Amino acid sequence: MMTTSCNGSGGSKADSTASGEDNSIMGAGSSFDNPLFSKMFSEYNKSNGLKINYQSIGSGGGIKGLTDKTVDFGASDAPLSDDQAKAMTGPAIHIPVTAGAVVLSYNLPDMKDTLKLTPEVLAGMFLGDIKKWNDPKIQAINKGSKLPAIDIVIAHRADASGTSNIFTTYLTKVSKDWETKVGKGSSVSWPVGLGGKGNEGVAGTIKQTPGAIGYIELAYAIQNGMAFAKVANKSGAFITPSIASVTAAANIDIPADGKVSLTNTDAADGYPISGLSWVIIYQEQKYNNRTSDKASKMLKLIQWMIHDGQAFSSALNYAPLSEKAVSVGDAILKTATYDGKPVLQ
Amino acid sequence: METSVENELITRNDISLRVITSEKIRDIVKGIKRVKRSHRQIRAENVFRRTLVIIGLAMVVLVVGIMLTLIVQSIPSLKALGIGYLWGQTWDPVRDVYGALPFLAGTLLTSFLALALSIPFSFAVAIFLGEYYPKGWLANLLKNTVELIAAVPSVIYGFWGLAVLVPIVRSMEASIGIPSIGYGIFTSSLILAVMVIPYAASLGRSMIQMVPSNLKEAAYSLGATRWEVIRSVILPYTRSGLFAGVLLSLGRALGETMAVTMVIGNTPLMPKNIFSTGNTMASVIANELGEADKMVYNSALIELGLVLFLVTVVINMIGKKVISRFTNE
Amino acid sequence: MSNHVKYRIGKSTGFQALTIVLATSCVIPLVAILMYIIKAGITKINWNFLTNVEKPVGEIGGGIAHALMGSILVIFFASLIAIPIGILCGIFLSENKKSRLAYWSRLSVDILQGVPSIVIGIVAYIWLVKPFGYSAWSGSIALSIMMLPIIIRSTEETLKMLPDTLREAAFALGMPFHRVILKVIVPCGISGILSGVMLSVARIAGETAPLLFTAFGYQFFSTNMNKPMETLPHLIFKYAITPYKDWQDLAWGASCILLIWVLLLNILTKLITRRWKVQL
Repeated sequence: MMTTSCNGSGGSKADSTASGEDNSIMGAGSSFDNPLFSKMFSEYNKSNGLKINYQSIGSGGGIKGLTDKTVDFGASDAPLSDDQAKAMTGPAIHIPVTAGAVVLSYNLPDMKDTLKLTPEVLAGMFLGDIKKWNDPKIQAINKGSKLPAIDIVIAHRADASGTSNIFTTYLTKVSKDWETKVGKGSSVSWPVGLGGKGNEGVAGTIKQTPGAIGYIELAYAIQNGMAFAKVANKSGAFITPSIASVTAAANIDIPADGKVSLTNTDAADGYPISGLSWVIIYQEQKYNNRTSDKASKMLKLIQWMIHDGQAFSSALNYAPLSEKAVSVGDAILKTATYDGKPVLQ
Repeated sequence: METSVENELITRNDISLRVITSEKIRDIVKGIKRVKRSHRQIRAENVFRRTLVIIGLAMVVLVVGIMLTLIVQSIPSLKALGIGYLWGQTWDPVRDVYGALPFLAGTLLTSFLALALSIPFSFAVAIFLGEYYPKGWLANLLKNTVELIAAVPSVIYGFWGLAVLVPIVRSMEASIGIPSIGYGIFTSSLILAVMVIPYAASLGRSMIQMVPSNLKEAAYSLGATRWEVIRSVILPYTRSGLFAGVLLSLGRALGETMAVTMVIGNTPLMPKNIFSTGNTMASVIANELGEADKMVYNSALIELGLVLFLVTVVINMIGKKVISRFTNE
Repeated sequence: MSNHVKYRIGKSTGFQALTIVLATSCVIPLVAILMYIIKAGITKINWNFLTNVEKPVGEIGGGIAHALMGSILVIFFASLIAIPIGILCGIFLSENKKSRLAYWSRLSVDILQGVPSIVIGIVAYIWLVKPFGYSAWSGSIALSIMMLPIIIRSTEETLKMLPDTLREAAFALGMPFHRVILKVIVPCGISGILSGVMLSVARIAGETAPLLFTAFGYQFFSTNMNKPMETLPHLIFKYAITPYKDWQDLAWGASCILLIWVLLLNILTKLITRRWKVQL
């Protein structure tokens, strides 16, 4: 997916304000969101002038940055765990900003059809029980395709990742074996495979290694022309990850705090490895030397992201937020305060 | 303004001068100015000397500060995991189980393999430049080229390794029949080997050049061939110097981060053989420090940094000690 | 000639041949890397490349202007910090060969030289980023710590080699200590000191590890040292591992520029060193 920008320059020249402070916001975290965020922030910069420095270092990095207060907001595909919430100096709020699909992308150049995977086979591959591509278990669900006799090379994340969290949560739900041997989390002890840094690193590894398979966000697979598998969901149908199937999986009630998992969806045509992604900020915005101006700029940015910013989702294969999700997000944003007073009116 | 000087003179020196001529005043003023200037000079000198001392002290403070910071930050991990951390085999941040052995193993494997691969070349260069062709434009060219190897930034080695070496190693692995991944300990060792050649080479060369020629001439006069002189005179003489060069190369290899991170495969498991993927201490820190949110996790990584610091410092110190003893003999 | 002697001579020649082969083959990897990077990178360098900044993921037309500026600024300020401190410390060590403090100081410098760059990155993160946030200053300071040992050692070695008579003559003329050092000794040793400085700059120009946790990265063009900034080596690292072809192309172009820059600095240093036989 290539688009050219019309004015040939993605950013403006040096900060025009003397302090440079108030015209930029720092965010870090999820690489899952990076394709969407980089487009959103570039557009927001063009229309609003605010510069957003977003570094795609993985959800774990975003959470740590927020805990250490080295960033203004963190982006994560996994909500804060209890331990992480305890480590923060104040309550943090989660605003869902997009939903996407974690796809299984693979590098089998001679494979013409789309690979089909079931939860059992998937768990088996990632546990290291299924070692070769022409294993009978894989062949059984892919009748009609000729699978090569090469080794399966698993690609997983080397850094703390919300994408990993979505994927391992799914595997934990569908495989007792996985649940006992590995478990779920942003950074698990992978039994086999290579580690890549960020969604970018895993995609790069898959692209360059014949026989590799790994989990990445849908946008990465499409932008790089990589093949990805159909996965059988709870109802037994093999679903292709797409905006439609993610939207189907995301069409559920969102609780008031915004945290919910979309994996292993009950929806008949929902893609089973979908996930929401959140922007996380402190509820009380007055800390360190944050000005109320900066707080309000940031909250307006997040508000824009869940409303007008959603227009950029489909082009990048992210599912636009459902109305329920947007209204929950709005309500959560209204609870953000500066010095006790709500920031957004 | 002679009146003010006059007053100063009287109040300062407590000398009662009944008769003061203007010339005397001028001389006295000049004298005072000279004294003032030399006071100022002495003060400036002292300031300068003191600044030098402060800066010299600052270096000590800096290094002690680094060490203390590492130790203090490692304390949570030391308390929680104890010394068993160093030979624990599982690295599982989810379950809060940390064991550094996979990374220690990865670091040692890559570094020693890199040394083994690079030493023949380093020594060849050292002997070539130190003994066979110490002068001449060709020798100079080789010397400069080898030194330029050390100048190439490690991220560029990593990128080149990723683009060129990994596919080559992958096809090599495929032809031998082992899982062909391309990334792994072997590939990292290859790149590291290239990167550390210059260290042992240049130190070895200067050591070899220092062998007194009367020793060599004595051997030649007894009928030794070139090779025999090298084997029986030069190498034993420079043995400790060459060893120091090897230590220097080892120290460099142990601490290398970027090139290794890009090709080692980033797997927190014990490497099964040299073709497995793995991880080194430096690269796990680079990958995971930015996101270690739990206190013990963060601290465990910094403890790795402490171990790395201590090991590289000790090796470098031994190397330097050996060199200084050698050059002072 | 007896057979045994022929055998011995043969062994000697054989060894010489082996040495020549091994030694000259060291040149191969360097040349291979140089050629590959220049070939892969030179085509990517154009005016757009040098003046644009990053574009959103997947869009073409991005450039490295922000990283070039960032590298220049970070290196400039690192040098600004390290050069005076380094030269002064070198002077201290060369003037005080015997004192206790000088012994410990020299030891500290030697230790500092061996510290891996990632450890310096960790320490800079703890000292500067945790309290003050990510900034280009923290990156500069981390890099200046790495520059110090090189500058100090080369200054000390250069000044030690100057004849004592020079110093004594200046003192005999009544010059104060600081004048002797700053106006007589240092200017005499300037080319050795300069080559130490240039070597240290070349060394840190390509360093990535200390910048990972300090200068962080920034997609926009910025000259604000209090905020994060993108640098060339960090950009190369970030883009090299991605799957996007345009980003990889940017990384090749940036590698080409970085490599040429570093090699030029090193070659320049050698030319200067030749005029003044400095033992570095």
